[in-house]
Amino acid sequence: MTRWGMVIDLGRCTGCAACEVACKSENNIATVSPDQADLGRAFAWMKVMTHVEGEFPNTTMRFVPRPCMHCDNPPCVQVCPVGATYINDEGIVGQIYARCIGCRYCANACPYTVKYFNWLVPEWPETARAYLNPDVSVRPKGVIEKCTFCHHRLQKAREDAQALGRELREEDYQPACAEVCPTGAIVFGDLDNPRHRVHALKDDPRAMRLMEDLGTEPKVYYLTPRD
Amino acid sequence: MRGDVADKLATLPPDEQRLLRPLVDTSPRFYLLAGALGLVVLWGMVAYSLQLRFGLGRTGLNRPEYWGIYIIDFVFFIGISHAGTLISAILRVSKAEWRRSITRSAEFITVLVLGFGAIQPVIDLGRPDRVLNVVLHGHLRSPLLWDVVSIGLYLTASTIYLYIPMIPDLAIIRDAGIKAPRLYRLLAIGYRDTSAQRARLERVIGVLAIMVIPIAVSVHTIIGWIFAMTLRPMWHSTIFGPYFVMGAIYSGIAAILVAMVVLRRAYGLEQYFKPIHFDYMGRLLLLFSLLWFYFTLAEYLTAFYGGEPAEMRTFWAKVAGPFAVPFWAMVVCCFVIPLVLMCRRRFRTPRGTLIAGLSVVVGMWLERFNIVVPTSVNPRWEMESLARYLPSWVELSILAATFAGFILLYMVATKFFPIVSIWEMKEGREQSVRDVAERVASYLPQPAASAAAAD
Repeated sequence: MTRWGMVIDLGRCTGCAACEVACKSENNIATVSPDQADLGRAFAWMKVMTHVEGEFPNTTMRFVPRPCMHCDNPPCVQVCPVGATYINDEGIVGQIYARCIGCRYCANACPYTVKYFNWLVPEWPETARAYLNPDVSVRPKGVIEKCTFCHHRLQKAREDAQALGRELREEDYQPACAEVCPTGAIVFGDLDNPRHRVHALKDDPRAMRLMEDLGTEPKVYYLTPRD
Repeated sequence: MRGDVADKLATLPPDEQRLLRPLVDTSPRFYLLAGALGLVVLWGMVAYSLQLRFGLGRTGLNRPEYWGIYIIDFVFFIGISHAGTLISAILRVSKAEWRRSITRSAEFITVLVLGFGAIQPVIDLGRPDRVLNVVLHGHLRSPLLWDVVSIGLYLTASTIYLYIPMIPDLAIIRDAGIKAPRLYRLLAIGYRDTSAQRARLERVIGVLAIMVIPIAVSVHTIIGWIFAMTLRPMWHSTIFGPYFVMGAIYSGIAAILVAMVVLRRAYGLEQYFKPIHFDYMGRLLLLFSLLWFYFTLAEYLTAFYGGEPAEMRTFWAKVAGPFAVPFWAMVVCCFVIPLVLMCRRRFRTPRGTLIAGLSVVVGMWLERFNIVVPTSVNPRWEMESLARYLPSWVELSILAATFAGFILLYMVATKFFPIVSIWEMKEGREQSVRDVAERVASYLPQPAASAAAAD
């Protein structure tokens, strides 16, 4: 069974936010005005969370890149009244924009707050409009959206591999954040496939998942920093 | 009032005269108030059309404060709707004879407020145009779908439960011929008050009164479960089902009391809403203020004693943080004021119960606020930033319009239907006084002499 998942090495993350930027341009994420952002309506499917540890002057800044956890037991999927958010055979939690009624129950149910709602009609700067990714549908107002592990890339990679008559390899399918990470902190692959790096990394003694005690079974693992 | 209608009214028995007068006689004050309320409703519709056009961005909602005024109103109004059906059904089933003048006005609250409650989640939808997806693509594992089913059932059941006991009164209006003859001929569906019809009617009412109780309990339980089924701090709690049902009945009783005082004053119903009614309803309110305290204490003490960090952030936000004002205002309105007033007989008067009732209505709205908002702005993950929530004028306008719309519809209803059940008053006078005396006698042991004679 294929189970797509991610391992993020927090010891390697420098907080550069390249993953956030790559995600935004890959997934046609709308830009909001500064006052809308102040209200808490900015979008970031991948977001580098920050946390300051210690007392001044002996402080450390911690970074935690946070995509959707793609839980094996996703609370958002359970509560959706119309099946607009679903989990597929390979463990990717997706969102059907055309079916979503915008009740935001899934957003409330998600303990990781990874769900974003289109409060207004999405907008892009005039210059960015010409560069929207044709592989990713833009969302209408009034629906929920979230990280999809760049699912559209998997479809393309699978078609390419099929055309070449070979198996899908790890490097064929990488989400934008993993592809762009300059320190290689984000590793992506099939958790059940021993040939993929994530298979071994997820069993590393440093590996943990967010709020494991909730029983959501996230497929995003974090390697705690060594220091 | 037209002269011929006045003549017809004058030939009727005194109960009919008094209770049917509002149907044919409308004061200028009524039109003035109805007009003002109508304007508020229109204003709310303008606000909603803006929201529809530009999106929910016109509200104060954000991430992670996804639910606000609309969901608060949803829980609140569905709660108020427990007034009628539940109270009236419980009083009917328990043969509380003093219910006779109260049930109709209470049942009207249920049916009318339920509609206003049920549209709130639709107003809250990002895509109201896709609301039918709930039917077309419904997923039964979602508590929201349980809710659609139970509210649908409750609206149907309580409408039937309002209508069936009203049939004899509709026949009385038809026979009196004082208003819209065709409408009442249709509504009375050929009821002639024969003894067979009466017996059948009473049987149906008896069955409905029992059926409607579990449906009403399920409705607010499921609304509680919408919150409780998530893993959010201070939502994920087993007490929410019963807590919501109790709170719903509490706010319902308060709403009935307010309605009773207003109706008594507006239509001169002093003979029907007597001091004894306010006394008994006041005692019920007192009982529920104590129950409210018990449930609230159980809920908060359990969270506090466990001391789970995620729960405690929300807990302190309510008790001593940014939500301390609404929290303690809720405690005062739902517990202190009704307790202090209602435990004394001299305040269980129309005026005293009005103050206590209004206080509970406000307090229960605040309780819904304190459930929805503090949890929403305090996400479980501590690295997530806290949210703020300031309702926009659009949300507040729709809030005002909902209240105004309900009051307006209730006022209009009193112009078409007698707000106190005429036939049940008559039945009380002609039959129940004797039945009750016999019933009470049957509770008691037989007098010694006759017992000896029976041996």
